[in-house]
Amino acid sequence: MRIKQLLMGIVASVIAVSSYVEIAVADLKFPMLVYRTGAYAPNGIPNADGFVDYYKMINARDGGIGGEKILHPECETGYKTQVGVECYEKNKQDAMVFQPMSTGITYQLIPKATADGVTVYSTGYGRTSAANGKVFKWIFNAPVTYWDGASIAVKHILGKNSNDIKGKTIALVYHNSAYGKEPIRTLEQLGKKHGFKLMLLPVDHPGQEQKATWLKIRKARPDYILMWGWGVMNQVAVKSAASIKFPMENFIGIWWSGSENDVLPAGEGAHGYKSLTFNAPGSNYQVHKDIKKYVHDKGEASGDGSHFGTVLYNRGLFQAMVQVEAARVAQQIHGTSKITPAMYRDGMENVKLDAKRLEELGFKDFAPPFANSCENHGGSGLAAVQQWDAKTKSWSMITDYMGSDRAIIDKLIAEDSNKYAAEQKIAERCN
Amino acid sequence: MIYKETGQYKSSYKSDHAIFPLIQDKIAFSTLMFIAFLVIPFVINSYWEKAILVPFLIFSLAAIGLNILTGYCGQVSLGTGGFMAVGAFSTYKIMTYFPDMNIMIIILISGLITAGVGILFGLPSLRIKGFYLAVATLAAQFFLVWLFNKVPWFYNYSDTGQITVSERLMFGIPVTGASAPPYATYLFCLVLVVLLGFAAKNLIRSKIGRSWMAIRDMDIAAEIIGVPPLKTKLSAFAISSFYIGVAGALYFAVFLGAIEVTESFDIMTISFPVLFMIIIGGLGSMLGSFLGAAFIVTLPIGLKFVMVDMVGMSAVTAKHFEITIWGLLMIIFLIVEPHGLARLWSIAKEKLRRWPFPY
Repeated sequence: MRIKQLLMGIVASVIAVSSYVEIAVADLKFPMLVYRTGAYAPNGIPNADGFVDYYKMINARDGGIGGEKILHPECETGYKTQVGVECYEKNKQDAMVFQPMSTGITYQLIPKATADGVTVYSTGYGRTSAANGKVFKWIFNAPVTYWDGASIAVKHILGKNSNDIKGKTIALVYHNSAYGKEPIRTLEQLGKKHGFKLMLLPVDHPGQEQKATWLKIRKARPDYILMWGWGVMNQVAVKSAASIKFPMENFIGIWWSGSENDVLPAGEGAHGYKSLTFNAPGSNYQVHKDIKKYVHDKGEASGDGSHFGTVLYNRGLFQAMVQVEAARVAQQIHGTSKITPAMYRDGMENVKLDAKRLEELGFKDFAPPFANSCENHGGSGLAAVQQWDAKTKSWSMITDYMGSDRAIIDKLIAEDSNKYAAEQKIAERCN
Repeated sequence: MIYKETGQYKSSYKSDHAIFPLIQDKIAFSTLMFIAFLVIPFVINSYWEKAILVPFLIFSLAAIGLNILTGYCGQVSLGTGGFMAVGAFSTYKIMTYFPDMNIMIIILISGLITAGVGILFGLPSLRIKGFYLAVATLAAQFFLVWLFNKVPWFYNYSDTGQITVSERLMFGIPVTGASAPPYATYLFCLVLVVLLGFAAKNLIRSKIGRSWMAIRDMDIAAEIIGVPPLKTKLSAFAISSFYIGVAGALYFAVFLGAIEVTESFDIMTISFPVLFMIIIGGLGSMLGSFLGAAFIVTLPIGLKFVMVDMVGMSAVTAKHFEITIWGLLMIIFLIVEPHGLARLWSIAKEKLRRWPFPY
């Protein structure tokens, strides 16, 4: 009896599966690799919501891009590489661009997407040397890279110490993965140049266990702490720093370690914590008004709509805006609204977001202007420092957008990308 | 009526000892091989390759390896992820030192290196048993992953600790790297799995396999009748690790292409799933290794397909359902059929023999 039922079930599901027919569409497909579950969900959710709300707003306000609706199928990765690969293979057909939101998945996709001819846009994460467009034809990481971030953080510290940090110790608390290891070589080079000592403190996935790390910090008393963290790791680190009474203004996170989720659990203790950022916080920009009008007020907000205007939500808006703008540029260059993935890449390479264009798009003073080119896929390399105010529960920018130490970064990028080009036998473009 | 042994007489020991004694089984297996070798390569696309078939083949190999150790020799191991990492990193190091060596040979050597490491971590099994051994192999898992992350020599001092495969050819066709066509990677894995699968099946039917089972069923009795525990347990660890090492090498070189040891060989991504594969598939069964691997690899994808693509559920709700269904199925399986899918299959065969006149 049981077997009979089981067999019937199997037969029924086979019929159901085979009757499923994929609907062919002529729209522009922007597949999303998201993680709304797992250890990285607290950061993954607001970011994904930003993307979806922006796409929905463009579809509702402008009727899509040049008349072509945006399709944004979501694929849940849980921040896992193997699932990311499955999601990529599933959605790559006619996909305009992939935004993996994970450095691990980005590394995985770089060779695959290059072979398949699909654009990968890793906004301020992923492989830093992909900024060299001569080698990485299909990969973009504008507007700023991890190595820029490391250099800008050190620059900020230099500014606080009248340009002399000889003999000081800077600790790097990092996610023990490709992501967290990215800035190490840059910091080593900067350490040589400015004479500071670098202390490396890896934190293993998922980052809940940091007792040993902070015990070491209590013993060694570094002058500054930099952090490359993501997900639960951020909250635990900020809480731990607060509990050992580490001066928070000397604790600087990368732009992925500076959202509300990361500091709120530490309460008052997080007051004064700093992080880098390449977009402004808040919800008073034109784009927010449009999203409110066309999406939220119609009850179509992604998720529960509670992340509106938070740091990572805003970053999602920015990332989605660049992706949509690239499609517009591609439509202009090729004179057709029905662009192919290859045309889309041309659009991404010619994106020019100056102050005027940002204002037109509703992003006035939201982010520093940047432009991509054939050689440069890394954008402007500008980031600012923001600081957390635990009393008003808000982030405020405390510096202007500043650039990195190009002399060091450019050399490192050239070295690393040339090594990759030699390994993979890639000929340089743009000459 | 169709599936029965009546009328099939064995007139020699050789035919009596065949892997598939029944003509029906032979036909079914040959059909399966025909489809696997001559049909699928012509219809495979990169989604089926990367999401389903290649992971299935690789995890089948890992499950066979763990089944030899746990299912046949009774030594519980949680170190599968660590041993697969040994296979992957051996492949990477050999590839970079000997750029001209054939990839098939590299992968087999990686398996041998893993076998050596497996013997080393199998030594405690002579003194400790059961749960205690599981804890000791857990140490292997954590130690090996830590080692490959900590010592830069293993990842050739790359900045990120990632290892990346370079392109390797087999008969002039790339089988590793991003430009490898789907049929090539699939066939490459399939050939290894079929060859190693037959080797394992025959090992288990031989003296060494019988001594493993003797140790599993009662080690003291086995020792008294003359089965040496040292040799038997260590050979199980060695051969099991060889299979797992080859699986790890394929996982890195053919399947993913770029690997980060802490993420890709984590206990939750490899060790536990492979253990579930042999528990769900059937401990001490070759068929069980394959069924378990197929079940664990395709279940999340199948559930996602049904819930997201057919029913139209949002990706995140589907994921929550998937996690719940997964846990439920695990419990139901252990209660309803603790001997796994392989046992279900043999029950089905029993029923088929009596069909259509059950008594």
